[in-house]
Amino acid sequence: MTELKVYNFMGIRKYAVVFSAILLSVSAWSLYTQGLELGLDFSGGTQIEVGYEQPANVSELREKLATAGFDSPVVVHFGSETDVLIRLQGEPDQTLAEQIVEVLKSDGQQIELRRVDYVGPQIGEELREDGGLGMLTALAVVMLYVAIRFQLKFSVAAVLALVHDVIITLGIFSLARFEFDLTVLAAVLAVVGYSLNDTIVVSDRIRENFRKIRKATAIEVINESLSQTLWRTINTSVTTLLVLLALFFIGGELIHNFAIALMIGVGVGTYSSMYVAATVMLALNVDREDLLEHVEGELVDDLP
Amino acid sequence: MLNKFPLWKNILILLVIAFGFIYATPNFYAPDAAIQLSGQSGAMVIDESVLKKMEGALEESGIDYFKGEANGESALVRIRPKALQLRAKEVIQAEMGGEYIVALNLAPTTPDWLSSLGGQPMKLGLDLSGGVHFLLEVDLASAVAVRLDGDLQAIKTTLREERIRYRSFELKGDQIIGQFRDVEQVQKATALIRNSYRDLLPETTPGQNPLSLVLNLSLAATSVIEDSAIKQNLTSLRNRVNELGVSEPLVSRQGKNRIVVELPGVQDTAEAKRIIGKTANLEFRFEAQGKSGERFEFRTPRGQGPDAELERQAIITGENVTDAQPSFDQNGRPQVSITLDGDGGWQMGHATRDNVGRRLGVLFIEYKTKLEKSIDENGELVITPVPFVEQHVISLATVQSQLGKQFVITGLEQRESSELALLLRAGALAAPMYIVEERTIGPSLGADNIELGVKSVTVGMAMVLLFMVVVYRAFGLAANVALTMNLLLLVAFMSLLGATLTLPGIAGIVLTVGMAVDANVLIFSRIREERNNGATVQGSISAGYDRAFVSILDANITTLIVALILFLIGSGPVQGFAVTLSIGILTSMFTSIVMTRGLVNLVVGGRKIEKLWI
Repeated sequence: MTELKVYNFMGIRKYAVVFSAILLSVSAWSLYTQGLELGLDFSGGTQIEVGYEQPANVSELREKLATAGFDSPVVVHFGSETDVLIRLQGEPDQTLAEQIVEVLKSDGQQIELRRVDYVGPQIGEELREDGGLGMLTALAVVMLYVAIRFQLKFSVAAVLALVHDVIITLGIFSLARFEFDLTVLAAVLAVVGYSLNDTIVVSDRIRENFRKIRKATAIEVINESLSQTLWRTINTSVTTLLVLLALFFIGGELIHNFAIALMIGVGVGTYSSMYVAATVMLALNVDREDLLEHVEGELVDDLP
Repeated sequence: MLNKFPLWKNILILLVIAFGFIYATPNFYAPDAAIQLSGQSGAMVIDESVLKKMEGALEESGIDYFKGEANGESALVRIRPKALQLRAKEVIQAEMGGEYIVALNLAPTTPDWLSSLGGQPMKLGLDLSGGVHFLLEVDLASAVAVRLDGDLQAIKTTLREERIRYRSFELKGDQIIGQFRDVEQVQKATALIRNSYRDLLPETTPGQNPLSLVLNLSLAATSVIEDSAIKQNLTSLRNRVNELGVSEPLVSRQGKNRIVVELPGVQDTAEAKRIIGKTANLEFRFEAQGKSGERFEFRTPRGQGPDAELERQAIITGENVTDAQPSFDQNGRPQVSITLDGDGGWQMGHATRDNVGRRLGVLFIEYKTKLEKSIDENGELVITPVPFVEQHVISLATVQSQLGKQFVITGLEQRESSELALLLRAGALAAPMYIVEERTIGPSLGADNIELGVKSVTVGMAMVLLFMVVVYRAFGLAANVALTMNLLLLVAFMSLLGATLTLPGIAGIVLTVGMAVDANVLIFSRIREERNNGATVQGSISAGYDRAFVSILDANITTLIVALILFLIGSGPVQGFAVTLSIGILTSMFTSIVMTRGLVNLVVGGRKIEKLWI
């Protein structure tokens, strides 16, 4: 029989606050000054992916297209040396893709048109609005659920932890100039789901311990709860990161940024469920009384 | 007794496992390459005799086929090997002729006993199967404008007949505005319109100009027009898509004014775009006599001058055309033979009876979009799509005799005649449409995506399985059985519900694999804790499952909420992600709580054990 080692997580919460504050302000600054590198889904435009048999020289292709009269084409490798992604702003032209393939084929190269995406400006704008709205709705509904199932202070803590994770994930995307498209938006919402999962498990234990341990300060209760759930938190993060690594390395270029967003999110989410949520609870002076008045009926069963 | 499941729970677990196996199985049968044949019109019967003809053509060219089926509406022949599929299509098309639609198809090979139970493989999204996706926006305002314009002309005629005198009557935006010289005439006109044009509501704001009459189309009438415009466009698009020979096309309404078209497996995307994207209509109008005409340029210049003046009123439009075929006249010049519906035939006969010798023009109307760049008040560049209409005369020919239900249009070039015939046949659009989103995925990219997806699921899963055994030993094995069953159940549910699998959907499956073990991690950590606190083996197992349950439930419900919101706001591929995530959460709760408990109970339940391998 081994005694559980209780780590003094909350002892370093001042540093955690400073750490989070730095991350948040850098993220917010980057989001405010340079925004996100919006992908085609949100920005609108035309994008074409072509496959070559030999490695392709993108700067040559760029010049070739510019000479052919295409307005400032963006030409980059996509996933491999033989895959090229071409992006154009402006006119939606039904024959644009064919025209480009025509130009590229003009020196006798064998190429394959792998993908064409055209997104009209109004669609991009709608998606931007829907995305933001979805994020806010998700946070509001979650806050309501946690407030009903737990208690308002827990709910505020959980939502602040989520906002923290979302801002930092977006901030890193903005800083690193990673492209933000629909799959990344899906990933960010999945981050909300994941981080919430973590926070709920920790909160659940904190609630249980508040009821069980009578003579202890809030800090002691939280430290004990975090220590008890520590291995679970680590193991779940590891399994999730394992599959994300698989997606990152094998899943292909289209899913690349999705995997990056989730990896960042899982990392930040794991940290926030331990430090951010608990620190907010302490700041809100959470104590036994908060939970007693709320669930008096259940309390009897939970006593040891 | 501690840690024993009642019989019904064990039976339930077995039933769920059986369910998973049955409904996931259809996905493991690779589909056959096949050729599907159907008729241009629904009236054609595709029976065994048609099938025999198809098979005969294949035999002649030495293409191996098997399992031909015909069900009256369509026929299907499977081709071996797959490489010959395109060749087979050409052979059959050549043999059967233009009145049949020949399409490439992937026929499922689900065994009969499985399909009789409702088993079917998962549908693949376009990003996995390859194909074209279009989102078209219908310009409803212009459908309403067309209606208002018609009403305006009719009102003018009625007022003249009733000898009610007006100064002017015209369309301004979505209002019809009339100006009169005296109030009495205004009152007469108002009374008349109230009686005969119930959809037009005279505006009665106090203090307005007493000599003018402002008419608004009622909201009910507007929505009826908009609704029928969308429906008409949907029908026309379906007809056009059928012309393309796609085996399982999707044409459906999205939201108030948009239409989604998905053509899986389409190889020649340029052709598809040309036919779908072409939003054209046709009007038959007489050449104008006197002043009241409208001037239009010829589409391709002919000997008749640069333009022609046509009457403002159309006799019939493309909506009245039931069939149109390209053909050649005695001199080998291309022409289009047109068949009209009853109403159209009557109108045409009526109009041409007294007008033999006049010239009849065919006006080709194309709806296009251009992007206009402008700077808004914040100094940002805004790009707005502006629809515009191009109208050209494609033929102007003298009416030789009274026209009826069938007649020909001459004076076309060959390419024009076949395209015009196709567009006429495929039906006219009630309102102009333009493409607001287009996604084309080449067939090889789709296949690559499937391969990469399957690989990431396999590798991700293998790593998680290994991790769980290393960390939780015997219990890890139980979790692994549950995880594998979870994947099976997820696939089974998606197949049964007819959900579409997309690349982000596969990512959702991978993520589910990673997160599904969370419930087991929670339970096992709890059991370890209970053991460490000195509980008995059986007691700690029971307590571990019970105590962890609340956490698991809360955590999963909140994740489910997020997934649902993602489904509601997302489109296409992202919805695919939300679907797999949601189903994965539900199935994983069952497998990781009930199924692992069943396994654990079976092995250690009710026995005297001193040590737990956890």
